Amino acid sequence: MSDVDKNKGEKKVKKTSIPRTPIPEQSPKERAKNFEEVALGYTRDQALIEASRCLQCKKPKCVAGCPVGIDIPAFIQALADDDPAAAIAKLKETTSFPAVCGRVCPQEDQCEKLCILGRKHEPVAIGRLERYAADREAQNGEGARPEKAPKKGKHVGVVGSGPAGVTAAGELAKMGYGVTIYEALHKPGGVLVYGIPEFRLPKTIVQRECEYVESLGVEIKLDYVIGRTMTIDQMLENGHDAVFLANGAGLPSFLNIPGENFNGVYSANEFLTRANLMKAYRFPDYDTPIKVGKRVAVIGGGNVAMDAARTALRLGAEVHLIYRRSMEELPARKEEVHHAQEEGIEFHLLTNPVRIKGDQDGWVEEIEVIKMELGEPDAGGRRRPIPIEGSETMIPIDTVIVAVGTRANPLLTKSTKGLELNKWGNIVADEHTLQTSKEGVFAGGDIVTGAATVILAMGAGKIAARSIGRYLQGQPLLTPEEEEELKAAAEKAGVAAR
Amino acid sequence: MYKILEKVDYSDDVYMQVIEAPAVAKAAQAGQFIVLRINEEGERIPLTIADFDRDKGTVTIVVQAVGKSTRHLQTLGAGDEIANFIGPLGIPSEIENFGTVVCAGGGVGVAPIYPIARELKKAGNKVISIVAARTRNLLLWEDKMNDVSDEVIVTTDDGSYGRKCLVTEPLKELCETGGVDLIYAIGPGIMMKFCCKTTEPYNVKTLVSLNSIMVDGTGMCGACRVSVGGETRFVCVDGPEFDGHQVNFDELMARQRQYLEQEKIANDLYMECRGDATCLT
Ligand SMILES: Cc1cc2nc3c(=O)[nH]c(=O)nc-3n(C[C@H](O)[C@H](O)[C@H](O)COP(=O)(O)OP(=O)(O)OC[C@H]3O[C@@H](n4cnc5c(N)ncnc54)[C@H](O)[C@@H]3O)c2cc1C
Ligand code: FES
Repeated sequence: MSDVDKNKGEKKVKKTSIPRTPIPEQSPKERAKNFEEVALGYTRDQALIEASRCLQCKKPKCVAGCPVGIDIPAFIQALADDDPAAAIAKLKETTSFPAVCGRVCPQEDQCEKLCILGRKHEPVAIGRLERYAADREAQNGEGARPEKAPKKGKHVGVVGSGPAGVTAAGELAKMGYGVTIYEALHKPGGVLVYGIPEFRLPKTIVQRECEYVESLGVEIKLDYVIGRTMTIDQMLENGHDAVFLANGAGLPSFLNIPGENFNGVYSANEFLTRANLMKAYRFPDYDTPIKVGKRVAVIGGGNVAMDAARTALRLGAEVHLIYRRSMEELPARKEEVHHAQEEGIEFHLLTNPVRIKGDQDGWVEEIEVIKMELGEPDAGGRRRPIPIEGSETMIPIDTVIVAVGTRANPLLTKSTKGLELNKWGNIVADEHTLQTSKEGVFAGGDIVTGAATVILAMGAGKIAARSIGRYLQGQPLLTPEEEEELKAAAEKAGVAAR
Repeated sequence: MYKILEKVDYSDDVYMQVIEAPAVAKAAQAGQFIVLRINEEGERIPLTIADFDRDKGTVTIVVQAVGKSTRHLQTLGAGDEIANFIGPLGIPSEIENFGTVVCAGGGVGVAPIYPIARELKKAGNKVISIVAARTRNLLLWEDKMNDVSDEVIVTTDDGSYGRKCLVTEPLKELCETGGVDLIYAIGPGIMMKFCCKTTEPYNVKTLVSLNSIMVDGTGMCGACRVSVGGETRFVCVDGPEFDGHQVNFDELMARQRQYLEQEKIANDLYMECRGDATCLT
């Protein structure tokens, strides 16, 4: 360490002159025809160079940008020292699934956005290094098993096996609690397995992470729909001392425009579930069919829209992405937009669908769209798109994929008494403890926040595990110090607001 | 894995299976459905629950083999296992004493109507059942329906058994006589459509159980959507039962045809390769 300090002045000059290391990728032409991962990952040499770019700031800004506060300089230092095992150990102190986060986190809006190097140069490729550390661990076989606390004799039921549920389950198991995850689908992983495509997040990685929590003693019960197969009250009556609800935000929104029920109109959830979870891209080897036709319109501009568009492309279609605002507002990760453009997806920006026209057999034929212009900023600060009258045009199309967001699925919440919901149907949970209005029941992830990110869901899983542990030990959910900290933070925020 | 305990072929392409699924059986109620998947390559198939036994932990399904998956399932018998069996899904039938209820089942639709008729009977209703089929050897569960009905009318399209007429004829007569408080009609889309057309002028509430294409069965994908009273509803979570007079059956039936082309490809391949596992690889 002292050596590094000594050399600091000298190294600094050098560091900034090293360009950000690009990640090897399949060429756009090649990958447009397969479902293999787009980015291939750093080699050891590339990782060493990239890790050496980190300035090892005394007060690292990047950490503040990470929703779970990973000690970023520390894990990067370990990589620079060519010690991936130490790097992964550091990462796993805070994130359960670095192989996932390294691939799908929006780093450009989080840690990398705040990297000091990024002011004058390009930020350190934190996400790619995280991925490298995790992949090295996987290559080398089993990582170290964390030590488990002695059995506490209490049991927690977790609803949903997405990132929030699996993270909480893993943490609780490490604390010594018995944990059972109940998952409605036939495979664990939540959105990571049914939504995010193979070419962005290989399913073997998700499977490995789920197997890891199973190895900690967590039981995963598949085919179990809470609210139908068993209710939350029955869970509490039948051996679960607490319950964590992490059932995601899985109810697709539609546009409510005429023609949306014609054949050939999919929600992004359906399209992606068929392709990813059911492996329809391998039909007829797999039984689930999917229809793409020659020309596909994807409505929306988020990660989900990009995933749907790029999946349709790989299934052989010409893809038109229709988004009502401009490139600047496009909410998808920049990297994914870039990839989509490279692969040949045609972007129709400032364009909004008006209606879908079908043929007499009920199949989609055309989509009518209207041009938009940006007006005054709305309450959220985004400029509101306004239709330009008379600018309607028809685009001939075989398939429409609607990717305009999801809402809270009411299946579980409707079947549960005493669970407070907000006006959108999301479960109301305390921001700091994730406790709900129902005794012994905690909730986190997309079902509380609305559709968000993998890392936030994992963060919620961590908080829930901590709260549930304290709840089961009869302790207050927040320690006096935490209460003080929150108070101080709130006061500070109050002053700032004034 | 879920074990098949019993299998009976009712005809060349209609069969019954009793599946061991204690958690599903424990929660099952009349009017609900399950989703199953045969194996790792399998698709998720929704099927209405035809019967269940909570003590034995079993659920009964009655299936018409129409495509690859349902044909494949038919080859499995007692002792075989299937990969996934999920449920019970959907909202259960509302059971109370309505008075006189007509339960009209067409083809394999008789099976799902059976537990509903049974519960309605238990709740004190007078149950008049119409058991309909194209021809005699496709007729299902007349005896079981007899056990739970005050009166059973049998019809076949070709007159090979019972009355020679469509299910709508006795239905119309019953409506005309009056005194019918509620009607259940379950069967193929076209049969439900015409049952609803028949009962509409008499203003008798007619409930149908819709069999749309599904994937998850939990409200996550929207594959099952259908227009009811001009609004889009998800059959798997808002149904499967709806007021038939509000349902857009033409849309439902068009949507059911979405994968005919692919179904044919899969089916042809399956028939070609039957019994030869190496054929596809
Ligand atoms: C296509 C797509 C792409 C995305 N891309 C990114 C990205 O690049 N980066 C990023 O950070 N985020 C991305 N997200 C968002 C991210 O995936 C979610 O925010 C995250 O998965 C939420 O985690 P969760 O654990 O709350 O819920 P989910 O992952 O939704 O998991 C919920 C689980 O609960 C199960 N469940 C639901 N109801 C029940 C019930 N009643 N009983 C039992 N089980 C039930 C569901 O089947 C599911 O498995 C994307 C989302 C989608 C849809
Ligand atoms: S089957 Fe997916 S929402 Fe109904």
